[in-house]
Amino acid sequence: MEGDVESQPVADGTTAATDSVANGCSRRLTDDEFDRYSRQMIVPGMGKEGQLRLINSRVLVIGAGGLGCPAAQYIAGAGVGTIGIIDNDVVEASNLHRQVGHATSRIGMKKVDSLITHLKELNPLPTYVPYPFQLTPQNAADIISKYDLVMDCTDNPVTRYLISDVCVLVRKPLVTAAAIQKSGQLTVLNCPPTPQGLVDSEYAPCYRCCFRKPPPPSSMVSCGEAGIMGPVVGMMGVAQAGEAIKILASALHMPVAKNVGDNNTPEKNLKQPTLLIYTFDLESAVGPYSFRALKMGGRKRNCFACGENSTLTLEGIKTGNPDYVQFCSAPAPVVSLAPEERITAAAYHAAKEKGELPDHLLIDTREKEHFSFGSIQGAINVPFGKLLMKAAAIKRDGGPATEILPAEAVKSNTPIFVVCRTGSDSQETVEKFKELGLDNGGKRRIVDIVGGMKAWKQEVDPTFPYI
Amino acid sequence: MSGATETAEIPITVDFSGGLEMLFDNQRRHSVSLPAVDANGKPATIAFLIDYLCKNLMQDPRAELFVLDNHIRPGILVLVNDADWELEGEEAYEIQPRDNILFVSTLHGG
Repeated sequence: MEGDVESQPVADGTTAATDSVANGCSRRLTDDEFDRYSRQMIVPGMGKEGQLRLINSRVLVIGAGGLGCPAAQYIAGAGVGTIGIIDNDVVEASNLHRQVGHATSRIGMKKVDSLITHLKELNPLPTYVPYPFQLTPQNAADIISKYDLVMDCTDNPVTRYLISDVCVLVRKPLVTAAAIQKSGQLTVLNCPPTPQGLVDSEYAPCYRCCFRKPPPPSSMVSCGEAGIMGPVVGMMGVAQAGEAIKILASALHMPVAKNVGDNNTPEKNLKQPTLLIYTFDLESAVGPYSFRALKMGGRKRNCFACGENSTLTLEGIKTGNPDYVQFCSAPAPVVSLAPEERITAAAYHAAKEKGELPDHLLIDTREKEHFSFGSIQGAINVPFGKLLMKAAAIKRDGGPATEILPAEAVKSNTPIFVVCRTGSDSQETVEKFKELGLDNGGKRRIVDIVGGMKAWKQEVDPTFPYI
Repeated sequence: MSGATETAEIPITVDFSGGLEMLFDNQRRHSVSLPAVDANGKPATIAFLIDYLCKNLMQDPRAELFVLDNHIRPGILVLVNDADWELEGEEAYEIQPRDNILFVSTLHGG
């Protein structure tokens, strides 16, 4: 009895928006709607009813970047009635290879406004709601509770955990995805939404059930730092739209109420979600591991957010409990160099110009792709990962440090300067060099260039092609 | 192939994804012949495999990107034949011949 799906009345009113999907499924489509959506409505299983559910539903897209652009484009095209978009960023040229809802002519514009401009051109029928600011613990519940489904298109774990926690508490299904470099991931969580504390592995998990703790910050890099292939993140964003459309058109997200007598809807239960991973390989064509669908577990009894003894509340979140920033951060790095072991980019440049540095080695530890765009004259590229590997091998097996530095440089007392991208790997490199005895017992200076090539661009050469 | 050899080593494939391949010679799939029992004669478990990988397969010295306090670090999912390892008993799961063990780093970019 497909037509009999009804949302469950909930005392706190948090699922009020969900009602919109079930209601109004019997009206006539307008001529415009009929034409526009005809090709998807004739797909088996969609029909007029599925289309009306989409038209009556509200989706919140959090992040208007590489995931958010394609995700929003496809739900807008499909006719989701209300689309909210949150982002506090502005469009930059370096976004455009993947953030295809923006445009060259809109560089500098707020991303939400730019994307909505594009979406209105694609489909003027939906209502678009811009939120040109960041999602915060203070505003998250108010915004999220206005929608039927949330798409997490953000780029950081702090916001990801916040979104999931609020989705648990206000009972919204969450379609989450992420991508970096050549890898993408996607999963549907909290669908159908189940009250917090109602524990049974039959129920759908939340983000914390699947990803209990964030990775240490040292292992995380952003797309801005590590790079991202456009189609990888695009594929994940399109897949998010696909999942959202499927859920809304089929009303798969209707909340599970406590003690519902009818247990005969197993096909509607996404209790065991799939984590889709996609790996793009620059070296080979479509390969055997490109797509993998992984089986994830159900709701966890001891989950911090949705588990049986959870103390998570909306009020707590608003007042800073939990502290998301702290949860996702780590102790400050331990490297501490003496003042004489550090020099600013400007001071290094000035000393070199004045001839005060007649003979020295300059080691640049950026990855070779970064180095290939430009470097300080005379710099030798020793990528940080390789450097660590070689340093470990030397430490383990003994042997000279010639693997890292040119042979003639190992024994001499020629000063070594180290530069990296933003100034942290270079400090670690100085420490490593000293550990390897390259400072010749203190007779040779080993110096970190503070702030890396980023500082070089700011302080010395504004035309430097820094990425 | 004698029976003894078959019990001495377990042939499995180990996959890395989400950037973890970087720690393993940039290779996403490795065929591994895992000793069937650990030093105490107990059947090889995932905990044993993790230790074995650190000692025998990892090229990169940044072991902390893979293990932390002798356990897999937070933010890495472990899958046994494409199913979350918690469905299989986590570290205590006893490795079977031809198992595929996948380590995936959770991603946050977007």
